[in-house]
Amino acid sequence: MKNSFNRRSFLKTSALASGGMLIGFNLFNACKSDVKLPVDLSQLNYKDFNAYIKISPEGKVTIYSVNPEIGQGVKTSMPMIIAEELDVDWDDVYVVQAPLDIENYSGQVAGGSQSIRRSWQPLRETGATAKQMLINAAAAQWDVDVNTCSAKMGIISNANGETLGYGDVVEAAALLDVPEEVSLKDPKDFTIIGQGKGNVDIDKITTGKPLFGLDYKEEGMVYASVLRPPAFGQVLESFDASEAKDLLGVIDVITIGKKARALLKAGKPNWSVKLSTTDKVVVIGKTTWDVIKGKKAIKAKWKTDSALESSEEHNEKLLSLVNGKKFRTRRKDGNVNKAFANADKVLERVYESTFLPHNTMEPMNFFANVTPEKVHLVGPTQTPEAAANAVASLLGRPIEEVHVDLTRMGGGFGRRLYNDYVMEVAEISEAIKKPVKMLSTREDDMTTGVYRPASTYKISAAIKDGKLTGYHLKEACVNSNMYGLIPNFFPAGAIENYQVDSARLKSNITVGAWRAPYTNFLASAEQSFFDELAEELQVDRVQLHMDLLENVKRNPNPKIDYSPERLQGVLKMVVEKSDWGNVADGVYQGLSVYYCHNTHVAEVADVTMENGVPVVKKVTCAIDCGIVVNPLGAMNQAKGGVLDGIGHAMYADFSFKDGVPSANNFNSYQLIRMGQTPKVDVHFIESNIAPTGLGEPTLPPVGAAVANAIYKATGKRLTKLPYIKNMNSKTEIVG
Amino acid sequence: MPTFNLKINDKTHTVEADADTPLLWVLRDKINLVGTKFGCGIGQCGACTVHVDGNAMRSCLLQVSQAEGMEITTIEGLSEHGTHPVQEAWKAIDVPQCGYCQAGQIMTASAFLNENPNPSNEDIRNAMNGNICRCASYNSIEEAVKLASKKIS
Ligand code: FES
Ligand code: FES
Repeated sequence: MKNSFNRRSFLKTSALASGGMLIGFNLFNACKSDVKLPVDLSQLNYKDFNAYIKISPEGKVTIYSVNPEIGQGVKTSMPMIIAEELDVDWDDVYVVQAPLDIENYSGQVAGGSQSIRRSWQPLRETGATAKQMLINAAAAQWDVDVNTCSAKMGIISNANGETLGYGDVVEAAALLDVPEEVSLKDPKDFTIIGQGKGNVDIDKITTGKPLFGLDYKEEGMVYASVLRPPAFGQVLESFDASEAKDLLGVIDVITIGKKARALLKAGKPNWSVKLSTTDKVVVIGKTTWDVIKGKKAIKAKWKTDSALESSEEHNEKLLSLVNGKKFRTRRKDGNVNKAFANADKVLERVYESTFLPHNTMEPMNFFANVTPEKVHLVGPTQTPEAAANAVASLLGRPIEEVHVDLTRMGGGFGRRLYNDYVMEVAEISEAIKKPVKMLSTREDDMTTGVYRPASTYKISAAIKDGKLTGYHLKEACVNSNMYGLIPNFFPAGAIENYQVDSARLKSNITVGAWRAPYTNFLASAEQSFFDELAEELQVDRVQLHMDLLENVKRNPNPKIDYSPERLQGVLKMVVEKSDWGNVADGVYQGLSVYYCHNTHVAEVADVTMENGVPVVKKVTCAIDCGIVVNPLGAMNQAKGGVLDGIGHAMYADFSFKDGVPSANNFNSYQLIRMGQTPKVDVHFIESNIAPTGLGEPTLPPVGAAVANAIYKATGKRLTKLPYIKNMNSKTEIVG
Repeated sequence: MPTFNLKINDKTHTVEADADTPLLWVLRDKINLVGTKFGCGIGQCGACTVHVDGNAMRSCLLQVSQAEGMEITTIEGLSEHGTHPVQEAWKAIDVPQCGYCQAGQIMTASAFLNENPNPSNEDIRNAMNGNICRCASYNSIEEAVKLASKKIS
């Protein structure tokens, strides 16, 4: 495949002073025309390029990758793509997490499952360009026609049977012009892509080496723990720190909050999450335990500053919003009002979900060292650029003085998109003039979070002469609404009269993205609704979907965001792989098909009833995510998403009472445990299409697959999360 | 502040700490063994699991004063070269996602297999039920424990 993308614009090469060749490239945009590559590795900057490849005179390849790793495996899959096109032995490839030098830097975000999709083409072209330059250098050295030369596994050969290793020609290659045109491999010739490659950090993880933010230390570093209001709606009134200060390991007790308030007052943009206006009490100590103990010894008084809200009221208000008339219309095809007026029958259901905490296994934490010269920040964030900008504004420092180094992240799920904790630690370090690590306890994390917003959906279908003629989706959601693409997901385009409306409930509870935002519950609602609709229409559940997708194929609609063919593909596959309809007595199956984050997924849950409690025995999952770059990583992601989805749909019980969260640790909040997990059987559609993400898409559909199976087992339709609680089953926390 | 002599990974460490300090924080902050992780601090998640006299224990619940005189093994000392059968199985199956919980998972699994080298699937699920993996890598953990048991027995 010839490709004449203008490589000069996003890639540059140089010879390293220490020997070897350096390639700098940009994944998402062109580099400026006047930028120069450094000739010394200590000078690597991420202003002009967001990644580098070094090829050493020994032929070893080091990739300096900037994308943060949150468990999605991009630290492995991105280098795989480069190595594939560069054509080197995977064992000769090393990956280094690059530090971030923030000026002019953009595009580094781990979220939205977009990393792979956006970088696929530039990564391939970079690898292929480097390979071509090495071949060109070898051809020049041999003085033969470059077209008679080829390269494989790090060795270049010519028609005379001569060979040169990449390392032998790197110096010469580095001085050549970047070719305008390179060949990309035919996907059927891939040798690395499509092969399961283990996590590049596996040895460090299995032997407990320092990797995570929590593990980072510096000489002279102290620890900090932050006391925040126990309820949303409260602010600090006064506090007594005398007991805390008497503790041996406590160095000081301070307050922070002024800087954040000043930012808010100045009307600065909100990069992360609504900054809270309260003062916070910060205990500084010699060790983590000192500050945890110190914090417990603080006697604080809180005063009410705004409403102390409760979930019961939220739920009532959300319900009245979906039943009301004030909406923002997000999409409108045909005329739903007319369809409903003319209908013989209307099916209408309301689905309700709760707030959810993220509960990343590694709690929020960050390191800061604020000095007159620079601001050094180290830790786990999904949005380092936003973190640097926020801190620069907060402290009134030029962005050039702010440096962020990323660590591996113990989970993200959206929580680390928000840099409230980075801003806190920066304010603390500036105040105490010391390097400091701020860490949250589980209680801090669960009770002062950025929650998945509670939301309510009302779905109505108009039925005329046994046919579906109208579909109306109404959303009411706390502090936010579904993002703009969602109204273009299925069933948009499949039904003539189709409308999506949103309403918003204002609240002082902070909300934000949570793994597969909005779709994580919308899919449960919609796919439960379709199950009921099939029954109402007396058509087969699979057939209903197939027919609706057929409609889309017959009447192509440019304003849809999914592929009807690919949805049909995963549906067919899951029917076959799950033995749909052919299971043993006492096993009940539920189906769900969903598209989000550019990936098409169908799932079937097999459920049995044990003592009146549903037990998910198996989930079959068919996925079309284009080319599967790393099947091992992809499998992990897919299974994790399914189990996470089951856990949260079945058990996650979280609410507020007078502003106070109902749970604060794992003894009062059920995260799914091994004993509650089914086997997940994952199948990928074979494909030559560019890859799409897997961090999120398997999660949304599974709730409905389980609910639909439980309906078959019990005759009860579940419309409210968490399912187990709302079945009136036993709900004690399993630990 | 009192001092304590701790035997960790076959080495003796003398540390100064408040008597009520959980072993977890002594390991992480004083001895620089950061492989043992903090997840909940109340014995619910298993991220902080270490071996104490060969048994899997939650280091967030064990006070340093109680740990004196005991043989403590952390993930760093489970094997010299990271080749304990459980570590090998973890690599073979490529278990970790974010990886944060995995040291605790490995420590629970290795102590369990020591007791029960030939477990049934149900035994494995019971033994591992105390360790939370927020990334839900449970299918792979189950497989890896099974694989390790085959290597051990
Ligand atoms: S940190 Fe010890 S069990 Fe969770
Ligand atoms: S791998 Fe992320 S918590 Fe287990």
